[in-house]
Amino acid sequence: MEKAMVEVQHVTMDFRRDCNRTTHLKEFAVNLLTGRHHIEKFRALDDVTLTVPQGCVMGLIGPNGAGKSTLLKVISGIYRPSGGQALVHGSLVPMLELGSGFDADLTGRENILLNGAILGYSKAFLLPKVEQIIDYSELRDFIDMPLKTYSSGMLARLAFSIASVVEPDVLIVDEILSVGDEHFQRKSRARMLELMKGSSRAVIFVSHNLQQLREMCDRVIWLDHGRIRMQGAAGEVCDAYEREAAAT
Amino acid sequence: MHKKNIFRYGFLLEQLVKRNFNTKYRQSVLGILWSFLNPLLTMAVQYLVFSALFRSDISHFPVYLLTGIILFSFMNECVTLGMDAIVASGPLIKKVAMPMAVYPLSRCITALIGLGLSLIPLGGAMLLSGTPLTPALLLIPAAALLTFCFALGMSLLMCTLNVFFRDTRFLWSVASLLWTYATPIFYPITIIPAAWQPVFRLNPMYQLITFMRTIVLEGLCPSAGQWGMCLLAAALPLALGVFVFRKTQDRFVFHL
Repeated sequence: MEKAMVEVQHVTMDFRRDCNRTTHLKEFAVNLLTGRHHIEKFRALDDVTLTVPQGCVMGLIGPNGAGKSTLLKVISGIYRPSGGQALVHGSLVPMLELGSGFDADLTGRENILLNGAILGYSKAFLLPKVEQIIDYSELRDFIDMPLKTYSSGMLARLAFSIASVVEPDVLIVDEILSVGDEHFQRKSRARMLELMKGSSRAVIFVSHNLQQLREMCDRVIWLDHGRIRMQGAAGEVCDAYEREAAAT
Repeated sequence: MHKKNIFRYGFLLEQLVKRNFNTKYRQSVLGILWSFLNPLLTMAVQYLVFSALFRSDISHFPVYLLTGIILFSFMNECVTLGMDAIVASGPLIKKVAMPMAVYPLSRCITALIGLGLSLIPLGGAMLLSGTPLTPALLLIPAAALLTFCFALGMSLLMCTLNVFFRDTRFLWSVASLLWTYATPIFYPITIIPAAWQPVFRLNPMYQLITFMRTIVLEGLCPSAGQWGMCLLAAALPLALGVFVFRKTQDRFVFHL
């Protein structure tokens, strides 16, 4: 039996859909006095259980609003589930939102340190890798300039270079990222595939591209209205999903 | 929630403090000099206004003023900056899991470095006004640390409140103004009617500033009673702040 890297056990996630969204003390006090404050719950995930073993690329499909992003946020520790638990064994890098926490006033080099620290890299890991990141991003000429002078393509290249330098135990991929110009797109796509294919790694891969899911994934989970509709071999689940999509 | 142990995030804290410091000073021509000028200018204004009123009562009035101004504005900066820390980092908090406390903590540490810098003009004022330099000055870090604990506790509390109620900052700006005047910064506590003095002494900032003044102006180690009051003033709000923050931090993300 392979080692389980990600274990999601009976995870339920409720969101409060506040009818009167209170963000001010004054309103809160008024609502409290008039008894108008009532809470409606919305269940985004309902008793979801899954395991991603080492070396497995697990695909995640489902229509918009099925709970895919919520599930990823629970796994990466951003949301604490209302019920159940999500365990991750080993280091996790969410390739969800590249460049989170970039500061436009700092230089590229300073942002490598800041963004790396935000992604949870240690100082000992990151410092020797700074030059490698700069080389990979092909931004050496601009690296000591403030980030506000960068184009959006340059920002994306720097962000990708920082996020992909690490070899995490668990990788969360929301669409295969290919950023920058055509040359860099090819390069980043290749690096992404290389990271996903690592045999000591567990990957959770969200996509609406069934073709890509069939190619990349070992197993696929179909999420619908917060519940697992089906899970199994990639081809099988994709076929079933496709049939339903055609029928409706 | 995994990845929540703040002690593993020393590197992140270091980077955030560096960033805060950079953005604070990069845009201004005088840069870090503002850390010296700010308390000095405030002191100059208050000296001009109040020296006529109180000069006779207080020896080394500029130094008396400056110690109060420095400590109070340090606390004020911790709370004002720290209060906004979670809300301002909202987009990031929704994307990357981190111990929430790094945001207010990094801002309070930035303010603490500012406090360290403002000790330089304090030293200058002491020399100019002929305040004797004594070994007691070695206790200044203790005064700074106690004030830091108090300010961090306040910062965590206000920061939590601000996540749930965004008008907290308006309340705070009024409260901090009131607090400034209720704290003997530019007046001696002796001008307060005797009946009210015990109430004024309950003010943690009064205790902390008096602690600092005992060290700086009198050149003495504060009494056991002073130590006790200040330890209490530091520990209680800090414990309360940490408790409330930890209790509610998992819900922050839903209110950003």
